[in-house]
Amino acid sequence: MREMIIGELTQAVHDLARGFAHYLPRLIVMLILVLAGWLIAYIVKVILRSILKLIKFDRLSEDAGASQLLNKAALPSATEMVSRFAFWVTWVGFILLGVSVLGILGLQDQIARFFLFLPRLFIAVLILFLGLLAASFFSRAALLAAVNANVPSPRVLSMAVRSIIIVFVLSIFFEELGLAEQTMLVAFGIAFGALMLGLAIAFGIGGRDLAQRFLEEKFVRDKKQQDEDELSPL
Amino acid sequence: MEDESFLTDDFFRQLINVGEVDILVGLPTHNNAKTIGTIVHNVRSGILGAFPRERAVIINADGGSRDGTPELVTGISIDDVRRASGVYTLRTLHAISTKYGSTPQSGVALRTILAAAELLRAKACIVVSPESEKIAPEWISNLLRPVYRDGFDLVSPTYRRHKFDGLLMTNLLYPMVRALYGLRIRESYMSEFGFSGRLGSQFLRENGWKNGTAASGAELCLTLAAINGECRICQCFLGEKDHVERRAADLVPALRQTVGALFSALESDFPKWSKVVGSHEVPTIGSEQEILLDPLRVNRKRLHQMFATGVAELESVFQAILSPATLGELHRIALLGEDEFRYPAELWVRTVYEFAAAYQKSVINRDHIIQALAPLFRGRVFTFIVENRNGSANDVANSIENLCLEFERLKPYLLEMWKSRE
Repeated sequence: MREMIIGELTQAVHDLARGFAHYLPRLIVMLILVLAGWLIAYIVKVILRSILKLIKFDRLSEDAGASQLLNKAALPSATEMVSRFAFWVTWVGFILLGVSVLGILGLQDQIARFFLFLPRLFIAVLILFLGLLAASFFSRAALLAAVNANVPSPRVLSMAVRSIIIVFVLSIFFEELGLAEQTMLVAFGIAFGALMLGLAIAFGIGGRDLAQRFLEEKFVRDKKQQDEDELSPL
Repeated sequence: MEDESFLTDDFFRQLINVGEVDILVGLPTHNNAKTIGTIVHNVRSGILGAFPRERAVIINADGGSRDGTPELVTGISIDDVRRASGVYTLRTLHAISTKYGSTPQSGVALRTILAAAELLRAKACIVVSPESEKIAPEWISNLLRPVYRDGFDLVSPTYRRHKFDGLLMTNLLYPMVRALYGLRIRESYMSEFGFSGRLGSQFLRENGWKNGTAASGAELCLTLAAINGECRICQCFLGEKDHVERRAADLVPALRQTVGALFSALESDFPKWSKVVGSHEVPTIGSEQEILLDPLRVNRKRLHQMFATGVAELESVFQAILSPATLGELHRIALLGEDEFRYPAELWVRTVYEFAAAYQKSVINRDHIIQALAPLFRGRVFTFIVENRNGSANDVANSIENLCLEFERLKPYLLEMWKSRE
């Protein structure tokens, strides 16, 4: 009886040692991958940060209005955010690669899905950034054009342009990520429709007098007064 | 030789038929049927009267006229002019027309004229505005003679103008070009001007025609190229300039063509203008300037209102362009009523210089920077009008001179911003 117990225990220890010996190289490979991944991710972060500083990415982000959002949320600058994002994506990628070396069943699929998701994530973030840039550019263009044409409430017009573009960009962003596609599509439709209806009602009913004055000024203004308005600049 | 591939084959053929010329008159047009007949007639009279023995050609670069302007340019018979002027010559006075596009682009028109001048080896060239009916035959000879006979490379015009006409010229372009480039050229953005074939060829090769700003403000760039190339420049008094009616919407395109081109040129010209100190006169034939004082109704209320609205509404844009001190001062004066409102010269100069530095650093889209200047310019126009409402010609001239001196005095401020703002 005693020998049987000792024998089983010895067998169990041997099995454990064999299993450990079997996994040890993989574990070492995983650790090497994680450490190498950290180093590569750090190098990627430093290089990306330098490139972004060189191309004045912070100014671009300020232009897009992304910097203001980051400031409000007490987050670091856009350059720092993108660099850190690249660092974590690279490192997590290496960690998952390391984990996959261990050959744990069930995790393989998840890891493969993560790597398949990465390109979509990058494209979605790029779309969001470019969209914010476009929203900022066109809203400012609308503001300047409205001010120079002496259109009433130029800031409202500019905000309307910005809102429409941002709603549109967000809907594409979520669609690219594959998050609640149907919900986002319906939400976009409702938001866009509501915005247009709101504008129509506001302009047609709320701003009837304003619209009348605007149209009168635009089309039936006394020519004499118009001639007096401007001097030849050149 | 510059790449002339932008010229049409038909235009090339016409140029080959003309052969070499001594004198070339460029006419950039777009739907100018009302005025072009008189202008071509006077151009022909001017050439026949002052240069009867020279080979001459009129080149019409048209931007897609739909009112028959090109036909009017080429269709006017030389015999009519000969009969009217009583001058006869054996030389053929050619007039050829080319359509460079379907929309008017002054830069492309000038480039076409310059390319034609180079191909025809013209010694002296002039460009004439198609809008001004007041162009007299003497204008043609006055612009050509300094180039053809006296060896000047650029003849810039001066005019008899109303004191409130050309305010962008008197309140920004003239003082700024004078302060930065050191030459007192009244009309750096020229409607009518003369130039040598040498300057034309040099400018044709060196100007950044592909760059939108340089192409749209090519007339101003030609002046700056002549200054930078240390060419012989003179001014010539022509006469009274037509008052062209403008709409409020015309200010922004005018700013793009002039201020945009100037700001853009400052970047490449920095090594030159940063070394210039003070300014000096250029030789002037005839009067330097004449100022008309007729009463003129101006809607000052609207100018003031557009300035105040602009400062309030464009705060986010100005924050990116202007220093906090300048912006604060603008906010302060924007709150003043019409009677107390003044946009002082020093603040105006600081504003313009800060805009120039912001343009160089591209703090926001460059075209947006130029557009943002429009409401502030209206504020300055308001002040200039109020200050000179009852002023004599001397008072107006002094006011412009003081502004110029302010631009010269504050030039180190621009240099400081230019070097430091990273």
